[in-house]
Amino acid sequence: MIEARNLTKRYGETTAVSDLTFTVAPGIVTGFLGPNGSGKSTTMRLILGLDAPSEGEVKVNGKRYADFAAPLHEVGALLEARSVHTGRSAYNHLLALAQTHGIPRSRVDDLIELVGLGSVAKKRAGQFSLGMGQRLGIAAALLGDPEVVMLDEPVNGLDPDGIRWIRDLMKTLAAEGRTVFLSSHLMSEMALTADHLIVIGRGRLIADVSVYEFIHRPSKQFVVVRSPQAMQLTEVIAGPDVTAQAVGPGVLEIEGLTAEQIGTAAAANDIVLYELAPRQASLEDAFMDLTRDEVEFHASTSAHDDREGALAA
Amino acid sequence: MSAVTTLPIPRTRAHTGRVTQPRVALSEWTKLRTLRSTRYALLAGVAMTIGFAVIPALVNANRWSTMSAVDRAGFHPLETSLIGVTIAQLAFGVLGVLVISGEYSTGMIRSTFAAVPKRLPVLWGKAGVFGLVTLVLALPSTLIAFFAAQAILSGHSLNGHDIALSFSDPGVARAVIGGALYLTLIALFGLGLGAILRSTAGGISALAAILFVLPPLTNVLPSTWGDAISPYFPSNAGSAIMQTGNPAHTLGPWTGLGLLAGYTALAIVIAAFQLRRRDV
Repeated sequence: MIEARNLTKRYGETTAVSDLTFTVAPGIVTGFLGPNGSGKSTTMRLILGLDAPSEGEVKVNGKRYADFAAPLHEVGALLEARSVHTGRSAYNHLLALAQTHGIPRSRVDDLIELVGLGSVAKKRAGQFSLGMGQRLGIAAALLGDPEVVMLDEPVNGLDPDGIRWIRDLMKTLAAEGRTVFLSSHLMSEMALTADHLIVIGRGRLIADVSVYEFIHRPSKQFVVVRSPQAMQLTEVIAGPDVTAQAVGPGVLEIEGLTAEQIGTAAAANDIVLYELAPRQASLEDAFMDLTRDEVEFHASTSAHDDREGALAA
Repeated sequence: MSAVTTLPIPRTRAHTGRVTQPRVALSEWTKLRTLRSTRYALLAGVAMTIGFAVIPALVNANRWSTMSAVDRAGFHPLETSLIGVTIAQLAFGVLGVLVISGEYSTGMIRSTFAAVPKRLPVLWGKAGVFGLVTLVLALPSTLIAFFAAQAILSGHSLNGHDIALSFSDPGVARAVIGGALYLTLIALFGLGLGAILRSTAGGISALAAILFVLPPLTNVLPSTWGDAISPYFPSNAGSAIMQTGNPAHTLGPWTGLGLLAGYTALAIVIAAFQLRRRDV
């Protein structure tokens, strides 16, 4: 169980994580979805106490991570950035971590076999491929037989066999009643592995829903209207809960009214319609929009571009 | 790499070991001994301590018969056997920096602090283990350096006396053992600098500047100022323990070494405060 409350992290002027509140439940695989740079890794560092929150707090199994007498038995984590000394062998890396908790060498041997690094355990970690590095990181995460397993982009650099292995492993761990929390910037990966999703963009919570809901639940319903008298139509349908946005010459996206209501209003006022089409956007569409925004954001030079608020509905 | 399908993972709740200071120290010992760079640096430190005592001893012993009376009178058999210490301090000090900066540069520090989130036991563990390893290697090294140099020098005489010193001569045991203590403190001073600066380049530059660059700069000051300041530099203060007699502009042997210990403690205390607060 991971509980974040109003978690906020600022680095100087930049806000990496903003007012995040969520709970990661045991027994299921929870995906942590967001575009690159959206604050996933920062959130995971906050959970482990590697970074201190600017505001709010995060607890694991009811306590701050640093307050546990045996933290590796509570949370096992694979961090996105390499967290291994390049000059030390995989075996000695795991041994040094195990010794802090009095975990026996036999457990180190077991895990090396489990993640399939038996043949390279004595090689220096600096010579490892990305995939081997990920396997070593996963072995380190499982060293303490933790209640919470937290993996940042675990499938990065893994071959298809390795990816399937990770998926099975995550599901097995969750089925044993553990809390499994894994991040990815790929919706397709999440759809295959996760049961529940926490979605963030630019450090803010966008959705905290089941994977099914994320894909199918409409986040926004609207009607696309094409008319040579678009301006006139806007005036006719104006109301407190109605928004009409011009998305092109003579094209409106109207929220707050059904297609029937708009059509009736147009007929009553002799307004010509060329098109009247109800549409809906799923949360996944919203996520895709967000990702596209991120790409635009990186390409443009404007520092403050805060469009994701509109998609957060 | 072949597919791995051995699931599920063995669940052995038997090992619910807590993090303790001795366990963290054992972990730090494993980290220290499993890096090639550590072994090379320690070997270099030992070799320099002994080598740079033996070489000048050989040179002076060979030239003794042709040396001028002034040169003979100015020759210090004790200092000669401890020249290696002032050179080897670089190896031990740099290794001290690396013991912690290497974790920051590779990202290992995140694994370390995820396992020991209280953090300070890591600093105490590193200081304890690395300090002890340095002392255990430095002490035999200075002893070997001393006895080897004196063995080479023996048989050469000045005013009818053999120039070789005995370990029981006044101040000799203090200087030789003190040389090992000096190296240990410099090693820990390096560790403190590395922990404060969290960068290999920064730590080594700072160490070299403090040990080797700043002290001679006092020569550009008016001599009375320079003489007043110079004894208080860490390297000058600490090396007072290796001097016999009572040379001008130096602190007393134990006062000097005590001051170096104070600088080292200060560096480690600053590192400890920062370690608790900073993000990694």
